[in-house]
Amino acid sequence: MPSIEGALLDFKRLDQLATGDTAIHHLDPRAKVLVTLVFIVSVISFGRYELTAMAPFFIFPVVMVALGNLPPLYIVKKIMLLCPFVLMVGVFNPIFDRTILVQFGPIGISGGWISFASIIARSALTVSVALILVGLTGFPAICWALERLGMPQAFAVQLVFLYRYIFVLTDEGARMARARELRSFGVKGLGMKAYGPLLGHLLLRTWSRAERIHMAMLTRGFTGEFHTRNEFRFGKREILFLLGWTAVFALLRLNNCSQLCGALFIRILP
Amino acid sequence: MHMADALLSPAVGGAMWAVSAGAIAFSSQKVRKELDDRKVPLMGVLGAFLFAAQMINFTIPATGSSGHLGGGLLLTILLGPHAAFLTIASVLVVQALFFADGGLLALGCNIFNMGFIPAFIVYPLIHKRIVGNEPSQARLAAATMLSAIIGLQLGPFGVVLETLFSGISSLPFSTFVLLMQPIHLAIGIIEGVVTVAVVSFVFKARPEILKGALEARPIGGQPVRNVVLTFLVAAFLAGGVVSWYASKNPDGLEWAITKVTGKADLEGSKQGLHGALAALQEATAFLPDYSFKKSAEPKEAAMPAGELKKDQARPQGEQKKDDGSKLGTSVSGLLGSLMVLVLAFLCGFLLKKRGQAV
Amino acid sequence: MSHHIVEVKDLHHVYPDGTVALDGVSFRITHGESVALIGANGAGKSTLMLHLNGYLTPSSGEVRIGDTPLTRSTLPEIRRTVGVVFQDPDDQLFMPTVYDDVAFGPLNQGLPGPEAEQRVMQALERVGAAHLRCKPPYRLSGGEKKRVAIATVLSMSPDILVMDEPTSGLDPYARRQLLALLSDFHHTKIFTSHDLDMVLELCDRTIVLHEGKIRADGPTRDIFRDDALLAQCRLERPFSMQGCPVCSQRS
Repeated sequence: MPSIEGALLDFKRLDQLATGDTAIHHLDPRAKVLVTLVFIVSVISFGRYELTAMAPFFIFPVVMVALGNLPPLYIVKKIMLLCPFVLMVGVFNPIFDRTILVQFGPIGISGGWISFASIIARSALTVSVALILVGLTGFPAICWALERLGMPQAFAVQLVFLYRYIFVLTDEGARMARARELRSFGVKGLGMKAYGPLLGHLLLRTWSRAERIHMAMLTRGFTGEFHTRNEFRFGKREILFLLGWTAVFALLRLNNCSQLCGALFIRILP
Repeated sequence: MHMADALLSPAVGGAMWAVSAGAIAFSSQKVRKELDDRKVPLMGVLGAFLFAAQMINFTIPATGSSGHLGGGLLLTILLGPHAAFLTIASVLVVQALFFADGGLLALGCNIFNMGFIPAFIVYPLIHKRIVGNEPSQARLAAATMLSAIIGLQLGPFGVVLETLFSGISSLPFSTFVLLMQPIHLAIGIIEGVVTVAVVSFVFKARPEILKGALEARPIGGQPVRNVVLTFLVAAFLAGGVVSWYASKNPDGLEWAITKVTGKADLEGSKQGLHGALAALQEATAFLPDYSFKKSAEPKEAAMPAGELKKDQARPQGEQKKDDGSKLGTSVSGLLGSLMVLVLAFLCGFLLKKRGQAV
Repeated sequence: MSHHIVEVKDLHHVYPDGTVALDGVSFRITHGESVALIGANGAGKSTLMLHLNGYLTPSSGEVRIGDTPLTRSTLPEIRRTVGVVFQDPDDQLFMPTVYDDVAFGPLNQGLPGPEAEQRVMQALERVGAAHLRCKPPYRLSGGEKKRVAIATVLSMSPDILVMDEPTSGLDPYARRQLLALLSDFHHTKIFTSHDLDMVLELCDRTIVLHEGKIRADGPTRDIFRDDALLAQCRLERPFSMQGCPVCSQRS
């Protein structure tokens, strides 16, 4: 993570997107979570050399970004920061897999390059829909949806608490890091000697905070049970949304629409 | 070291999801049974602490590069296995959603590699054994160091196996292992040093925190070893069954669909939308060798999902079609991809335009 | 009405590490009083506060709220009666949205949905924060957080309000708003604070703690005129009672 403040701002921006006021934002979060999962499984289930068949799947993130009024450039920028691990592993495919699969006149393209491209496309698709899900739904609503879909309550509560205090604690951590930086005079980072106690202090402060929160919970009658409100309704729109997209994904998954389109185009061409 | 959706097959991803979800359900129940409602806010803020801690870097001596705490082991030492596992899993969920670390399907793998391994394998089998019942600072440090290193060898090894069984990457096993393990040995040592530093700081400042965690015994539970065994067996069963199906029915989704719809062969059926599309396809396919069945072939070869044998058989399959017809398919495919992409983005653009106009 | 009385009798508290935090504290606060607990850092204010709703149990002595002595069995009842607002609103606001947070107490009391909702909206309107109900706590300003934290306690309709450093960290405008809000409450109120001007404005009675003991207990104005007492307890007159430094230099 580059700078703490930068990462935090980015985080807050994504979080802010979920406060949008579009029809998609108002859908029951369960519908959005389920559609996202169906989408990911459909994309992942492609074989390693399938590239063209994946292209039509971009319709889903694009439509969601448009309907949800999300800033497209922001999402694209986030996708561009591809997971370095994926790149590292993917880049070996062209090296180890040199079987020529496609011939463009004199140029042969090896299976490795195709599968590498396919990995990139998968990454872009799966990463974008995860980001879009957060941007359209918001983290607490996703937790709520997951709990309704069978996630244990203890874990749901844990997610909600974690989310609430990420902002508080990263602020605290950033303050400590800043204080350290201001006194380390240009030396980048810091030595191990100061690092342990620094984190240790942060940890102890965190611990006391937990004790204070617990106190505040007890004074308001906490007995171990969390009561959540039911704000959403899984109505007709949700069923339509879920079934519609699932049908689209199934269709795209079973037919290579790119191939179809291309063939059609070539045929129309004189 | 996050595993990513892009490298996963549905079989492996699904199996790991099932195992991690099971472990979450199990731990949630345990944590509830402990009836220590202090842990509710504590787990939450410690998860947030992990976020903050991971953002603070330090300089690794003699290299000039910087590192940060991973924290899985630290949380386990502070909270005990069940609560720590839930906390780590929750951190990974947030990372998957907000920082695109890995992805949603890969969450199962990541929770297993970075949560299950330190909490349910390394901690009970190594850390607890060494520390014993009367923790001294030296014992604590040795146990922590060793656990960190072993944990960070097992985790990446999990990544290697998951990637290999998925069959999306072409990396051979030996190369991959040589690539991952030595780097993570270094990372493990650093993690160990940092964790020891933090643990001994806490040990000095507030010993009761550590003592409380070390003395905690799961109430009325079976020994952790059985739990681990159960989950490992479940993982292998799930993985085995799913990949058996996947290898028999190369395309997992198609298999699932035939199961669900009850149709033996979707491609053969000429009914409904699917049949109509196939007909349209045949009508439009003027390139001599282009056919839908042909395009299904690489799919079949490319879905080994745990079957390495299949992997070796692949090149022959490809060579068969390595002739003129290939050109036709690939040109139309690539052209079509471009068109579809342009169409998709145009669609989005228009929708957005309309949205703004309204 | 008898619920509104707080009585502390010979309260002692010794922490596990041997620190004596409270050493024989006794007082009685009656219905509708507004009382300040002041004292230097470490005088025992927070410890005393945590006894008032049973978070800490006394080493010896007794706390009574109304006619009810504070024991394990009366704890839920007492926690409903005594609302505590902590110093750092981030500790008090732990739910995803303001609404959820204010509803936390009423729902724990087992109130049915519509009634809980009514309570929540009343509490939020009381502190002028109804428009914030859908916001997550980390998007609130310091003053807003403070007011919402008060609402989380008001929604449980307590008879007694206990507040730790209500004005700390607020800008002058937010502080002024908060003072106006607090002076409107007709609950029995107990504040701990280093903001002595606030004490002067809101509280008729002041209790001065020093090293775990009560050094003085009386009308606020009298206590702030006793310079010897104030100096001894590491305190000083509120600024509004110090006279204007510019004017006094001229004369």
